[in-house]
Amino acid sequence: MSAPGTELLSVSGLEVTFRTDAGELRAVDGLSFDLRRGEILGIVGESGSGKSVASLSILGLTRGPDTVISGRAEFDGRDLIALGEEELRELRGNRISMIFQDPLSSLHPFYTIGRQLIEAIQVHRSARKADAAARAVELLEMVGIPDARRRLDEYPHEFSGGMRQRAMIAMALANEPDILIADEPTTALDVTTQAQILGLIKDLREQLGMAVIMITHDLGVVAEVADRVLVMYAGRAVESAPVDALFYDPQHPYTWGLLGSVTRMDRPRAAKLAQIKGQPPSPLALPAGCKFRPRCPHAFDRCAVEPPLEPRSGDSAHADRCWLGPDEKRAKRVVEGGEIGLEAA
Amino acid sequence: MLRYIARRLLWAVALLFIVTAVIFVIFNVLPTADPAQLRAGRGASVEQIEAIRESLGLNDPIHVRFARYVEGVVTEFDLGRSIFQNNAPVRDIIFDRLPATIMLTVGAAILWLAVAIPVGVISAVRRRSLLDRTTMITTLTLISAPVFWLGLVALYLFAQDVGVIKIFPGIGAYSEADTFLGKVGAMILPWIVLASATAAIYARYIRSQMIEVMGEDYIRTARAKGAPEGVVVRRHGLRSALTPVVTLLGVDIGTLLAGNAILTETVFNIPGVGGELASAIGQSDYELIQGIVLFGAFFIVIFSLIVDVLYAYLDPRVRYS
Repeated sequence: MSAPGTELLSVSGLEVTFRTDAGELRAVDGLSFDLRRGEILGIVGESGSGKSVASLSILGLTRGPDTVISGRAEFDGRDLIALGEEELRELRGNRISMIFQDPLSSLHPFYTIGRQLIEAIQVHRSARKADAAARAVELLEMVGIPDARRRLDEYPHEFSGGMRQRAMIAMALANEPDILIADEPTTALDVTTQAQILGLIKDLREQLGMAVIMITHDLGVVAEVADRVLVMYAGRAVESAPVDALFYDPQHPYTWGLLGSVTRMDRPRAAKLAQIKGQPPSPLALPAGCKFRPRCPHAFDRCAVEPPLEPRSGDSAHADRCWLGPDEKRAKRVVEGGEIGLEAA
Repeated sequence: MLRYIARRLLWAVALLFIVTAVIFVIFNVLPTADPAQLRAGRGASVEQIEAIRESLGLNDPIHVRFARYVEGVVTEFDLGRSIFQNNAPVRDIIFDRLPATIMLTVGAAILWLAVAIPVGVISAVRRRSLLDRTTMITTLTLISAPVFWLGLVALYLFAQDVGVIKIFPGIGAYSEADTFLGKVGAMILPWIVLASATAAIYARYIRSQMIEVMGEDYIRTARAKGAPEGVVVRRHGLRSALTPVVTLLGVDIGTLLAGNAILTETVFNIPGVGGELASAIGQSDYELIQGIVLFGAFFIVIFSLIVDVLYAYLDPRVRYS
């Protein structure tokens, strides 16, 4: 990792609202985080927590007549939220790239892998087709696709799931970006392929020195690759910590719930898998105060006011949004067997 | 790919045989006017009718007649003879009428595509804009307007003889024109009339296809790559949205060549296959009707074959499955 502490991307007070027929839908609500050069930041949350919308919005991919985006996202001295479409387009796929969950539907079914790779190169630099094709072969080899020259002429449906995601990664890295945003890149893949793709992303991070935002709902993925973690709930970060601190000293009850609901082979099989009771709040009608309060068994009167995201555990790199004191937290998060969980089953 | 084409070709041949059989049954087994009597004319004696019946082979068993019919169609494309046009071969009558119908159909198809593609795409990209709403209401009106009514209105407004604004050649101008350019001029109003309803249907179809495609993940990928919006719409969106339109186009051109331009040809008095069909029906010239229907079926089968092959070319997923 190169020079930790230098902020590459600095997001503050990001808000994304969609105007829908049912009313204003606040998908991201005051999200702030920093991404440092060369680090892998894991963003964890349930579906609907706003993690994908936030990253798409940073790239301007949610812009439209019915979307209101505010806040700041500073990258390279510029605010991406305020940036014009043309300037933002020049950054996309060039300085900041993105890969998605389902590589089959994310690749155009009618064009060969080669053509789609060459397009990614030629959009940002004036390369001759032959040079771009040579570069495309290099990229496919870099992401571990054997027989790359021949596979250039194949269509996405001729690739396996893992190979498709490798091709997507090759496409995203075509212009050696500073940031790779990976939106659930392994969710649609089988377990062995998942591990390979995660390993590849880690290797490429070392090799190219880029920073990665790894969006996932899977704490296992976070444990595997992330340096730091942001836990999102109801469109905001509820906890932000270095990966070890998150797993060994989680501060927010929602994080306890997430940790408690992970299936583990090394624990006796409980009659029922622990789960967080209730549903995440509707982004059409967020509760007042702490957004997790309606589902939190430890809520008390102070929770009627939403706590800010700030360090509370004594570690300045570890911030959370929960009013409970650090000792109370350490006592309340332990459920039977000494494991961490939201509450006893 | 070759195997795919061979498979489709075999299927087309089988289909043509089935179609021929069905048409033969409709015109020869189900009760129709007696062709011998039609040929004999009024006041013919029973013996005369019987003689005609014998000479046409109408007394043979039905399977023998069908075999003879199929043989004629396959060996010399013999579709029978017209009862009321001096026993002229149906094949020659159709070939005589075909150029006008081809000109009408091809011109109209170019026109409706030229209008529908940009309208559909712009409406989809600027969804719910004033432009979108206006074009969608206009297209609905055009779809609802019957072709014969639209044709008469067009003549009333723009024909050189009876029109309010005398700018385009009117009824019968195609037959009168003796140069190619003259014929093109004569086709302007028929093209517009024939294309309008189809253009409207296509515009709406392309719009809905385009809206669906623009929500696909690979469109998001194209944007994430940094491709300019114009490239995203044309290269990534339109390419996918237009592929199913090929199917529609093949069927529409096939049916129009098969005589489905009957109303437009009648209104503008264009000597095409459809117009011929209309007069054949009026005269109960059943062998001519049968010939035109079979000929039309050929067109439709051939165009679906073309569409299938083209589709495989356009969508690589079809080729390998």
